[in-house]
Amino acid sequence: MSEVEVSRRQFLQIGAAGTGVLGGLSPLGFDLTQAITVKQKLRIEGATVSHSVCPYCAVGCALLAYTKKNADGKVELLQIEGDPDSPVNEGRLCPKGASALQLAVSRRRVPSPMYREPGAKEWKTVSWDFALDRLARNIKASRDRTFVTTDANGNLVNRCEGIAFAGGAAFSSEEGYLATKLMRSLGYVYLEQQARV
Amino acid sequence: MTNHWRDIRHADLMLINGANPAEAHPVGFQWMMRAKIERGGKMIHTDPRFTRTSAVSDKHLRIRTGTDVAYFGGLINYVLQNNLEHKEYVRFATNASFVIKESYNFTDGMFNGFDEAKKVYDTTAWAYEIGPDGFAVQDIDHPRSVLNLMRAHYSRYTPEMVERITGIQRADFLEVAKLVGEMGRPDKVMTIIYAVGLTHHTTGVQLIRSGALLQLLLGNMGRPGGGMNAERGHANIQGNTDHAISWDILPGYLRIPAPGQKNIDDYIARSAAKKLHANSLNFFGANYRKFLVSLLKSWYGDAATAANDFAFAHLPKPASDASWLSIFDAALRGKMEGLMLSGMTATSIGPDSNQVLQALSNLKWLCVMDAYSTTSSEFWREPSIDPSKVQTEVILLPATHWIEKDGSFTNSGRWAQWKEAVLPPEGEARHDHWILAEVFDRVRALYKEQGGKYPEPVLQLVMPYKDVRRPELDEIAKEINGKDLITGQRLTGFALLKDDGTTTAGDWIYTGHYPESGNLTKRRDGIQDPAKNDPTGMGYYPNWAWSWPANRRVLYNRASADSLGRPWDPKRVGIQWDAVTGRWTGDVPDYPATADPAKPDSPLPFIMTGEGTGRLFSNGVADGPFPEHYEPIESPIDNPLHPKVSATPVAFKYDERAGRPNRFGTSADYPYVATSYRLTEHEHYVTQHVDQLVALQPEAFVEVPAELAKEKGIATGDRVRVSSKRGKLEVRAVVTARLGPLTIDGKKVYQIGIPIHWGFVGINTSQHWLANALTPFVGDASSRTPEFKAFLVNIEKM
Repeated sequence: MSEVEVSRRQFLQIGAAGTGVLGGLSPLGFDLTQAITVKQKLRIEGATVSHSVCPYCAVGCALLAYTKKNADGKVELLQIEGDPDSPVNEGRLCPKGASALQLAVSRRRVPSPMYREPGAKEWKTVSWDFALDRLARNIKASRDRTFVTTDANGNLVNRCEGIAFAGGAAFSSEEGYLATKLMRSLGYVYLEQQARV
Repeated sequence: MTNHWRDIRHADLMLINGANPAEAHPVGFQWMMRAKIERGGKMIHTDPRFTRTSAVSDKHLRIRTGTDVAYFGGLINYVLQNNLEHKEYVRFATNASFVIKESYNFTDGMFNGFDEAKKVYDTTAWAYEIGPDGFAVQDIDHPRSVLNLMRAHYSRYTPEMVERITGIQRADFLEVAKLVGEMGRPDKVMTIIYAVGLTHHTTGVQLIRSGALLQLLLGNMGRPGGGMNAERGHANIQGNTDHAISWDILPGYLRIPAPGQKNIDDYIARSAAKKLHANSLNFFGANYRKFLVSLLKSWYGDAATAANDFAFAHLPKPASDASWLSIFDAALRGKMEGLMLSGMTATSIGPDSNQVLQALSNLKWLCVMDAYSTTSSEFWREPSIDPSKVQTEVILLPATHWIEKDGSFTNSGRWAQWKEAVLPPEGEARHDHWILAEVFDRVRALYKEQGGKYPEPVLQLVMPYKDVRRPELDEIAKEINGKDLITGQRLTGFALLKDDGTTTAGDWIYTGHYPESGNLTKRRDGIQDPAKNDPTGMGYYPNWAWSWPANRRVLYNRASADSLGRPWDPKRVGIQWDAVTGRWTGDVPDYPATADPAKPDSPLPFIMTGEGTGRLFSNGVADGPFPEHYEPIESPIDNPLHPKVSATPVAFKYDERAGRPNRFGTSADYPYVATSYRLTEHEHYVTQHVDQLVALQPEAFVEVPAELAKEKGIATGDRVRVSSKRGKLEVRAVVTARLGPLTIDGKKVYQIGIPIHWGFVGINTSQHWLANALTPFVGDASSRTPEFKAFLVNIEKM
């Protein structure tokens, strides 16, 4: 991460290219470039810039994320924009990437671990300890019930047939590798992510 | 992708099939526009719909969904009939001259080797003649040479037949064929770009393969501006396919072992390619053991020894396919107890969402790890379900987002790009890898306390992290890279891996991304200084991030130059032989860096195959050594090529096999062809939680061709009921000229368009219809990819 330079070459380049289409003038007849630049500066001045990658499709657009630590110690995400240095996207983003901030920061996030008993009509809020203990016990019980050491032909197969894991297209690669490593060592054969679907 | 996004700008001709990059990959699409604007490249969009991609293409061919084998087959036939293939390339870099065994046969839609009882082909029945030297016999003029068999196979794909099957009129097809035919010249290059519009079929693998065959014939594989380029639809679908979250592989595309393989020798004998030509390097096959042993050493450490065959017994050996459809089929049969879903919602994805809901209800337990609630975490209160009748225990764990953790994403061009943790976890959210590591640690503790079935792999797994419940992604990245166990140093490349247990590598294709000098996926030498950062001027930007394997930017790039190492097109160099320095220069060579091509024993160009060449004929697929057109399982017509074998005989029909009632419809009841797709403003289902995107595309709808709408009295904005044998949608109609009628085998056929994004969870919960309630529960013979993109429906005005 690094501090934002106030006169950001990249931004000005994009700004110039963007307004060039209109010959520098808005339909109202005056040049908005300066006003937009000033507004932008105010928004991200003094912010920390981090490097990220868009979470949506697989083009892999590089992102710049601007954050600021507020007086209460909370980190606020101010803005996400395309990284102008990237040979992939050259600073550009689509509507999804451009609204990535709303995916990152949302009132709609799952607030805590939730548990739904068989037949229940509502969720119950539970602790992490409860949820992970339940999950671990479920995995062990299902693994022990459905584990096949030797198949009907006498082959050693050491597989767990009764649990499946699916997901991972939004994981970092290293998380995905860990998932494969852990699930295979538990003997899972049903392993899937979004490649087929 | 064999190539990468920026590389597309080198293309003279772009065939875009089963994709709509202008809307689904808008930023990647700039490279297609750059090819068009900067070098006059031509763009051909072949798709059921006229989209924004079509609007800027030189030609839009309206094709019936699922018939691209016929289209590509027609192009292959045109090229071969007119002798337009790149002859020198075909001889040098493909298996065109290999002779096939006499038993090979294709009659009335059936290849040889079919097992009627099991409904599968014995793929070993499609084999080369082997000579006394143990290698494949080669004679390009032999009647059974691959080239001659291919000529005969595709001779049926005349422009007239292409028109009957696809609906593309003969004159339009020939106009495109003429352009394609010019791409066999060494100074021309074509790219094929596709997305799930090509893969989501019972013939999905062969749809892609037919494009690859065309590219090999034209000499376009391995060249800048060429290749077969899958766009891919999720941020890290590539990286986590590489790392094998897929039933059939281990990291780095090593096959999962099968029952009956008692040891590594057995496994290698049945998994690794065999050398089929004296000059084939067979790099993958020859080094397979090193990659597997290094993986087992990463996982089982000191418990993996030469004496115990490096703990090979610990690897699970699946009885049969265990991919997406098979998971829900097992649940429907009562064989699946638990399911863990992360960032992936079974209910919305389907196919056949109503059947998937039943499958979820059959589970003992379901765990959903996600940042937002999903149609799976909430499945038990889907509008038609009575929760009191659902006995599934459900755990929902709040997971962090991409922006709250670091780690790398690998894009579709194979570039692994590191991202930083920008924000702390929101509220109680935890990282997925922390959840998984802690759950594993708790399971391990239970096995220690209580014992249980085959606990050894659980107890012996190496977790070499400072905190086993909270590993850092940086630590895992180093593990993936691997190291020399004697020196303790991380390795700079997979060529250093050994099969004696003295090296580790969690995923050999990523070995070298994190040497002792640092994490190369963090590199950022981009377009801020092109002169310095792009020394070849070809857009490789070798010090921006890192691409697998070995930071190579174009796969198979040895084939970008002729047998003597001279580039086919000096203006677009992939790699070339520099006799002065005795090295290959340009991109990172897909070839030994100092192998002199002038030597008679220099390796053949495709170092990853046993043949040493690209494969025009292959027994690596389940449904035929040459791609053949088969109708979708639900189709409005019988296959004009062979009406008695209309659909592929080897598609796995789960319901039929399990004795469940038939869920496929016929054109008598469901007369219209339907296909599904994404919109620019949404990504699958998660964006139903994003205000701005829901505001931009708030409501579910279907697209209805104007002529059909007129017949049915449907106007834009009317509510319509679209139904298949499996379910229905009741949504608004958008009447459009973008989906015109087609004439298929003399019959008028309409196609209806169905965006997929809505469900009963999200900001706008009134939009509760699931598009995949309509789609069929059947998949491709090789990959079991579901047939989301071609099925039959009816439509009524409500």
